[in-house]
Amino acid sequence: MTQFLQALVNGVSLASIYALIALGFVIIYKSMQVLNFAQPALLLLGGYWVLYFATVWGWAFPLAIVVGALFAAATGVIVERTTLRPMVGKPVFAVAILTIGLNTVISVIALDLMGVEIRQMGDPWGFGFVEFGGLNIAHRQIAAIVAVAVLVGLLLAFFKYSRLGLAMRATAFDQEVALTQGVSVSTVFALSWAIAAVLAMFGGVFLGSGVGFERSAAVTALKALPVVVVGGLDSIAGAIVGALLVAVSETLAATYQPEYAPFLGKGFSQLVPYVVMLLVLLFKPYGLFGTKEIERV
Amino acid sequence: MLALKNVEVVYSDVILVLRGISLEVPDGKIVALLGANGAGKSTTLRAISGLLDVHRGDLTKGQITLDEHRIDHLPPAKVVKLGIGQALEGRRILAELTVEENLRLGAHTARKTLDVNLARVYELFPQLKERPRFTAGYLSGGQQQMLAIGRALMSSPRFLLLDEPSLGLAPLLVQQIRDIIVEINRQGTGVLLVEQNATMALSIAHHGYIMETGKIVMDKPARELLDDEDVREFYLGLSSEGSKSFAEVKHYRRKKRWLS
Ligand SMILES: Nc1ncnc2c1ncn2[C@@H]1O[C@H](COP(=O)(O)OP(=O)(O)OP(=O)(O)O)[C@@H](O)[C@H]1O
Ligand SMILES: [Mg+2]
Repeated sequence: MTQFLQALVNGVSLASIYALIALGFVIIYKSMQVLNFAQPALLLLGGYWVLYFATVWGWAFPLAIVVGALFAAATGVIVERTTLRPMVGKPVFAVAILTIGLNTVISVIALDLMGVEIRQMGDPWGFGFVEFGGLNIAHRQIAAIVAVAVLVGLLLAFFKYSRLGLAMRATAFDQEVALTQGVSVSTVFALSWAIAAVLAMFGGVFLGSGVGFERSAAVTALKALPVVVVGGLDSIAGAIVGALLVAVSETLAATYQPEYAPFLGKGFSQLVPYVVMLLVLLFKPYGLFGTKEIERV
Repeated sequence: MLALKNVEVVYSDVILVLRGISLEVPDGKIVALLGANGAGKSTTLRAISGLLDVHRGDLTKGQITLDEHRIDHLPPAKVVKLGIGQALEGRRILAELTVEENLRLGAHTARKTLDVNLARVYELFPQLKERPRFTAGYLSGGQQQMLAIGRALMSSPRFLLLDEPSLGLAPLLVQQIRDIIVEINRQGTGVLLVEQNATMALSIAHHGYIMETGKIVMDKPARELLDDEDVREFYLGLSSEGSKSFAEVKHYRRKKRWLS
């Protein structure tokens, strides 16, 4: 039982990181129907800004986060302006391939800045943990879960109550109508990239907390793509539920598979996100919460 | 005054749809733009509001001016800010959002006057006032049209472009919409009213234009158009000899309803 609960806790904290990446993906998809495969690279670069300010310049961690977020947002906006804007109206497939190229370019830059060794994030959580009914819960896990809950709450409030949030929802629903009401759709595009980049940055921060930050973070980020397929490309709720489903399955597999199904080989849990994705696709081609017509490319 | 001079519009670089349209909407007047399916009425409105881009359309000749200043080739948001509001054909309500969110969106460029305009719209449309948190997609067709018009009013436009507001509505509702347009105009807004329901449009318009395949073929005070024999025959279905064209007009309407 303890083992099961521990796997669950680990799953939820992993889910919070997947959710950050998946949410960015969904927000960009909703506002401009672009499949953004550059999320892993945005996570690397965003995480790098924070560790740079926190460890190289020795700033207080919250300050490093704030300034890192500004840098991440600027990165998102610049990428959107220079690379995506000229592609408006081009086939979805072509633009998706372009983002894969972007992912490579940004990753190369980030990895070049980071160097080869594992870098400490400069976070206050380190390896500290609390014991609770036989469970070990790391401080950084708690921080990740709380931070993501707060971020998601802020995001939903932004969409619900703010003028720009409303403009973003309107653009997602009917771009021409948004235009007739005076919404600058290009502002909405830029904003969605800024938000996605900041969310990815937080993903990097929590991936790197305690254990340190390195290139393998991008591999973890890549596992958030099945999350998006599971939840539905255009659903915010789907991104969260999908993240929980995928991450918990993954940690359960990591806990039990070596014991009960050793024939599946070592590291099988790494494949679990894709297995979950295939299973969901069999029954729900548009994901658990996806809208049918939207995904018909 | 809002004016179009010799406007030519081409879609996808090859499809010539407007062949030199000229029309004028003076401040505070209602101008009707009539014509059959595909004549180019909606395209004319798109040219004014800057929406051609979205449809791969291009204004290739002529100009559009607001008080002698050119507004063609401005982005839609600028056009709205200059005081031209539009309710698109087919209502285009944001179905997943609430009534009030739809209206708030309309105030995107006019934050400061949000409360005043909201009060004004709710006074014009008491039915909307009763259900601000209702999901817009569940409103009846007539209420959705009211919401579309109300949303366009949230930016306090000097000119309101309405694209077939009576489309698919029962006669009683058409009456209501008609009265509301008159009231909006009485409060000082100029209206460019695109309609297939010529009887309704001409009964409230000061001036009317009739379009056929991308050209203005007739342009007269609304009163005179109502009395014109050809117009009566082809657009009002009031031919003096039999009703062949009447059947055609009805057929149009039915077809439109399926499309909407
Ligand atoms: N995006 C487009 N690309 C190519 N042709 C178009 C496009 N939009 C409209 N057209 C064509 O332009 C012509 C005029 O269309 P428009 O929608 O302006 O007509 P309308 O008078 O509003 O008709 P309706 O009464 O059916 O709304 C039609 O022949 C239509 O097929
Ligand atoms: Mg039309």
